[in-house]
Amino acid sequence: MTANGWLQFVVYFIVLLVCIRPLGIYMARLFNGELHFLRPIENLIYRASGVRTDEEMNWREYAGAMLIFSFVSLVLTYLIERLQHVLPWNPQHLPAVGALLAWNTAASFTTNTNWQAYSNDVTMSYFTQMAGLAYHNFFSAAVGIAVAIALVRGIARRESKTIGNFWVDATRTCLYILVPLCIVFALALVSQGVIQNLHPYTIAHTPEHQTQTIAQGPVASQEVIKELGTNGGGFFSANSSHPFENPTPFSNFIEMFLIFLIGGALTVTLGRMTGSPGHGWAVFACMSILFAAGFAACYWAESQPNPALHHVAQQTSSLQAGGNMEGKETRFGIAHSALFATITTDASCGAVNSMHDSFTPLGGMIPLINIMLGEIIFGGVGSGLYGMLIYVVLSVFIAGLMVGRTPEYLGKKIESYDVKMTMLYVLIFPLVILTLTAVSVLSHAGLSSLANNGPHGFTEILYAYVSTAGNNGSAFAGLNANTPWYNVSTGFNVLVGRFLMMIPMLALAGNLARKKSIPPSPGTFPVNTPLFTILLTGVILIVGALTFFPALSLGPILEHLLLQHGTLFS
Amino acid sequence: MRTLNIAIRYTIVTTILLGIVYPLVVTGLAQLLMRDKANGQLIVRDGQVVGSALIGQGFTSPRYFHSRPSAAGNGYDATSSGGSNLAQSNQALVTRIDGDVAAWQKINPGQPVPIGLVTTSASGLDPDLSPADALYQVPMIAAARHLPEATVRSLVESHIQGRQFGFLGEPRVNVLELNLALDDLQEK
Repeated sequence: MTANGWLQFVVYFIVLLVCIRPLGIYMARLFNGELHFLRPIENLIYRASGVRTDEEMNWREYAGAMLIFSFVSLVLTYLIERLQHVLPWNPQHLPAVGALLAWNTAASFTTNTNWQAYSNDVTMSYFTQMAGLAYHNFFSAAVGIAVAIALVRGIARRESKTIGNFWVDATRTCLYILVPLCIVFALALVSQGVIQNLHPYTIAHTPEHQTQTIAQGPVASQEVIKELGTNGGGFFSANSSHPFENPTPFSNFIEMFLIFLIGGALTVTLGRMTGSPGHGWAVFACMSILFAAGFAACYWAESQPNPALHHVAQQTSSLQAGGNMEGKETRFGIAHSALFATITTDASCGAVNSMHDSFTPLGGMIPLINIMLGEIIFGGVGSGLYGMLIYVVLSVFIAGLMVGRTPEYLGKKIESYDVKMTMLYVLIFPLVILTLTAVSVLSHAGLSSLANNGPHGFTEILYAYVSTAGNNGSAFAGLNANTPWYNVSTGFNVLVGRFLMMIPMLALAGNLARKKSIPPSPGTFPVNTPLFTILLTGVILIVGALTFFPALSLGPILEHLLLQHGTLFS
Repeated sequence: MRTLNIAIRYTIVTTILLGIVYPLVVTGLAQLLMRDKANGQLIVRDGQVVGSALIGQGFTSPRYFHSRPSAAGNGYDATSSGGSNLAQSNQALVTRIDGDVAAWQKINPGQPVPIGLVTTSASGLDPDLSPADALYQVPMIAAARHLPEATVRSLVESHIQGRQFGFLGEPRVNVLELNLALDDLQEK
């Protein structure tokens, strides 16, 4: 670890801190219906699709609209993939995508996961990337934000049957937040060297008289929404480590900034919309503590030399980054790789600028833990906030038990129905992950995809299901996931991880909106204090540790101990 | 049924706006304002594209600086980007590195090899070497080209790009640009 590495972390955090407040306030005004400057385009979309903007929805209608829209857009993307050979912008004449892979990809992009079981340098046409995949980058983000806002409305409203209009929330998210930021930052990325064209691949004749085929494409427009919407699906296989997706340290900085921007700003929006700005900052503080701890651990682990190597200079100096450089880019070194890995898994982004599969055992465990905690450290856009609010409700409930009073959260009594929905959310996640991992390690179909053996092989499988259930999409990429078993099971997993968790969430929102507001009393546990931040952090760590510690000890922890004793696996 | 009707129409309208109009607008702006960068910073010599400043190439001759090992296809295949995905605890990784170390130490006996020179990058297309990786190769280049080591060393040093804005990322040397400069040096 170096002082310069920590300086980059500190600068990153300060820039984020400065930018989230104005954006958070802007979003609160937007969702309270105070901003209208893009009315003409909004109305065009509403009129063309028959949306009635004055219609408020209860939680069942809201969930229904969200599910039906997700289904329809999933089907359209599936069709685009299957028909790409007859659609425009396919200069490489790529054939139609196979049925199982097309299903897996459509499901994974619809759910903000962007798990990619294919080698995308030579699989998806420019048209599929733009209209099929980048489209979902916008809308899976917009759906996540809409659901989070619906929950915040549920907390803020009193004795109300409705929580907003899904179509209006999704449209306004795209038009007022995502598109303007995307156009500005896409051009910023192009200025660093991210490509943006529709040309066929270039054939280069190298100084050693070889030929090299250089892939091209509309990358910047997709790159920017991939980070801003915490989607993470790369234009190229190598994702954000590819020099055309992420050419310089500054482009890397921009991408990391975009991943946390909306998730961070939503904590401010939460505070504003519920009339308790201090609560928003208490949640932000908890996220920041977990973020810093994750980065510190990952950065330390990746700076360590591999004890199995000899006659190799692995130490840090002014001439090299040193540490574990397998699967890392020279321009990013250790600090930017560890920081990106922490951020992309704190959020549900899943973009990578280094290969997590080649991380040290403990360094690779940090991304895994981040996703296991539910991606609530800033988190996926929207999903991070509502995932965190689940833990908030749980913390308030536990605090209530400790003092023996009915728990309250911002004036709403937390009752048995609310706690049931909360626990449903908490339990579905480990249930699908641990079950599918267990089935995979016991079956030939699961084991035949491994790239590494021993405890690391177990971690590869565990990571695949944690990543897909968490809608992250990053991978221990050695695992060959483009097999019938993994395409079907991970495709199922992303849908469970998205929709089975959103539905209890919306039910909770609907139930909270219905309740009366009661004034705070001396027995109310305040949710805007440092004490609350500590309690919340503790609950997150305990729930996460109790659930997944046994699995972690079979994977990365065991691998670390064996590697320190010189045990290798062939 | 009404919701399904809305959903279908909404999906079509928004696909046109965000899936087609948006990327074309960005493409138009990028081509208008920053054509070279939007097209991949291709390097042209004698009317022929020799590569991209951003995409690494494999070099095998001792007359050229070698890039890092690459797991992209058969090495620096720019249509098959990716890393080795080998775990630290994988015997295959250690065997591969031991082999590369032995080869480099034939050129620089007894000198430990910088880690970057024996590890594959994440993309397999890393265009850069760390300064340590490049300086390690100076004796090999100087011998193959019959140049004084000091000349080659100063060429490397003049090609070191520092951290961006003084603190972001790591210092690095672009391999293709360095090798083209080597050729230019001898043509003079």
